[in-house]
Amino acid sequence: MAAAKAQAIFHGLMLVDADPAADAAALERLTLWALGQYSPIVAVDAPDGIVMDTEGADHLQGGETLMVTGIVNRFRGRMLSARVAVADTWGAAHACARAVQRETVIVPAGETERAVEGLPLSMLRLPAKTVDDLRMLGFKTIGELSAQPRAPLALRFGPEIGRRLDQMFGRLAEPIDPIRTPELIEVSRAFAEPIGAPETIDKYVGRLVVQLVEELQRKGLGVRRADLIVEKVDGTRQAIRAGTAKPARDVAWLTKLFRDRTEKIEPGFGIEKLTLVAVMTEALEDLQKSSALVEDETSDVTPLVDIFGNRGHRVFRVAPVFSDVPERSVQRIAAAAVNDETWANHWPRPVRLLARPDRIEAIALMPDHPPASITWRGRRMKVKRADGPERVFGEWWKRDAELEAVRDYFIVEGEGGERLWIFRQGDGVDPGTGSHRWFVHGIFA
Amino acid sequence: MAQGAANLVISELRERIQHLEGTAKRLKHVLPFGIPDIDNRLPGGGLAFGALHEFAGGGAGTVDGAAAALFAAGIAARTKGQVVWCLTRPDLFFPALAQAGLHPKRVIFVEVDREEDVLASMEEALAYGGLGAVVGELVRLPMTTSRRLQLAAEKTGTMGLAVRRWRRQTEANDYGQPTAATTRWRVSVLPSEALPVSGVGRARWFLELMRVKAGECAEFFVGACDATGRINLSPGPGNGQDQAGRSVYSG
Repeated sequence: MAAAKAQAIFHGLMLVDADPAADAAALERLTLWALGQYSPIVAVDAPDGIVMDTEGADHLQGGETLMVTGIVNRFRGRMLSARVAVADTWGAAHACARAVQRETVIVPAGETERAVEGLPLSMLRLPAKTVDDLRMLGFKTIGELSAQPRAPLALRFGPEIGRRLDQMFGRLAEPIDPIRTPELIEVSRAFAEPIGAPETIDKYVGRLVVQLVEELQRKGLGVRRADLIVEKVDGTRQAIRAGTAKPARDVAWLTKLFRDRTEKIEPGFGIEKLTLVAVMTEALEDLQKSSALVEDETSDVTPLVDIFGNRGHRVFRVAPVFSDVPERSVQRIAAAAVNDETWANHWPRPVRLLARPDRIEAIALMPDHPPASITWRGRRMKVKRADGPERVFGEWWKRDAELEAVRDYFIVEGEGGERLWIFRQGDGVDPGTGSHRWFVHGIFA
Repeated sequence: MAQGAANLVISELRERIQHLEGTAKRLKHVLPFGIPDIDNRLPGGGLAFGALHEFAGGGAGTVDGAAAALFAAGIAARTKGQVVWCLTRPDLFFPALAQAGLHPKRVIFVEVDREEDVLASMEEALAYGGLGAVVGELVRLPMTTSRRLQLAAEKTGTMGLAVRRWRRQTEANDYGQPTAATTRWRVSVLPSEALPVSGVGRARWFLELMRVKAGECAEFFVGACDATGRINLSPGPGNGQDQAGRSVYSG
């Protein structure tokens, strides 16, 4: 739209001149930030994008879906809108991020062709003139173009079209040249003869870690995220990223994190160069430890937490939440976090809590007697002993619907000694407080 | 005199065998239950550190494993240091474990998607050293894997606690298969202790020591873990106490 026309439609429209140089600088800053945050191989996809190789790094964000939505949310927090796409190849991700009208797109592995065949030609990263000429010939989508015989197209437009199509469908490798800054601490080792055996890789990774730790020592830094970048003979790169829960400068600890995953490296025809980069560092001062005569020192478990975390397991601690509703009284916190509090209630609590309360049939005297018998999962249980009720009120400050809600919890014990935690929805008198149905919520030991 | 000399020879031989097996050091470090009847049944007078112990529930407990998990939590609570708890099904309700004396700041949970990862995580944690106990909730525990866990535990002196829970009650006969675990326990729920008023008293368990290396099987009636993770002996169900009272709610 022309500026004059826009001004005619919106009164008082503010106009700012385009500043491509500042845009490019800001994009580069953003790219460097993404390097520390998301992936070891990040580059500017000029003029308006960032390309990242997230393979082997998404586990630190909790998987692809969480990573992608996380990126979008972070930008939205700064009042910016971002489009993110994950695909097998740079070309496909580039096209999907720009052409699909959604904030996040994840193209499953091997489904690139289906995802891009309907997209317009302009997403193929071809010169504008070529795109115009192809439109003139009647091509509209990438799918139509890729179905054409190559020879006539190459004769007329040169090899560029074939190259871009092959790159998009993954038939031609397109390595990403990662962005680097002088501040990054980087050690590398090039090999005269390509290496490939796992033992050899392990050996050199060990040596690189020693070098990196020496560098860090000199600068008084500890590493929070480190990347091992493997450059292979055929020009492709593979990266492994390891994160730590707190700044680390320990040779054994870092070596273990990388050796744990050397099996993920595919040497192919051989490895030419190994590079170890500390992308995210924090100050780590040497601390003097006071030695005590009594030995009650608890060992530091952070290295173990990192090993589990880098394998993609969910590592966490639990902490109390001040809520009477059982399912809300526990929260997961980071394994490195410190929490000294514990649950203050004196009522017995079940060892197993069902994720969803299970509906049961109960025969009970209303309003405040425990059931005389219950039927759970088709089995009838005669209640020999019971305790209760323990009344839990709804938390109206969380949800309006809970304003009047009430649950009455009972502990019931069957003839064989099986103890269950059951509740009735509602207080037994006023139907407004709940449906008066009975549920099993937990199993006692 | 001849008897004494023979005893001396035998005990010397025993020591040498223990030395060869590398178990001499291990047996000295045990965690006693504080109940002579149980401790006397266990070699060394308690649950050995640096060893793998297996727990399972009986009856419906084979599926939920609630009593077995609480028993293991009580043991872990009485150790010193951090506890790593590996699981696949996140239905553990921690407030109950806190009531057995296990403080939340001592426990690190590792939640994994596959059963094999539980075993690998347990081995990693056992080999790490410096932890109080490592607990894993497992369905299958093959011989080879259990031996790996046992060896990793022996090397660092960390106690490994495997809580077995199955998907169906019929699968629980898997518990008869041999493993390299040092002890094997079955914990079944019993009616709770009678109170003078209506209500549910302290929970009671039927504790079976099904297998123990260098020891004999035994059965105990015990009261469930108290606020410090300790159990106590409790009179069996045969004394007629349970039959005497009619349920106050049934009439």
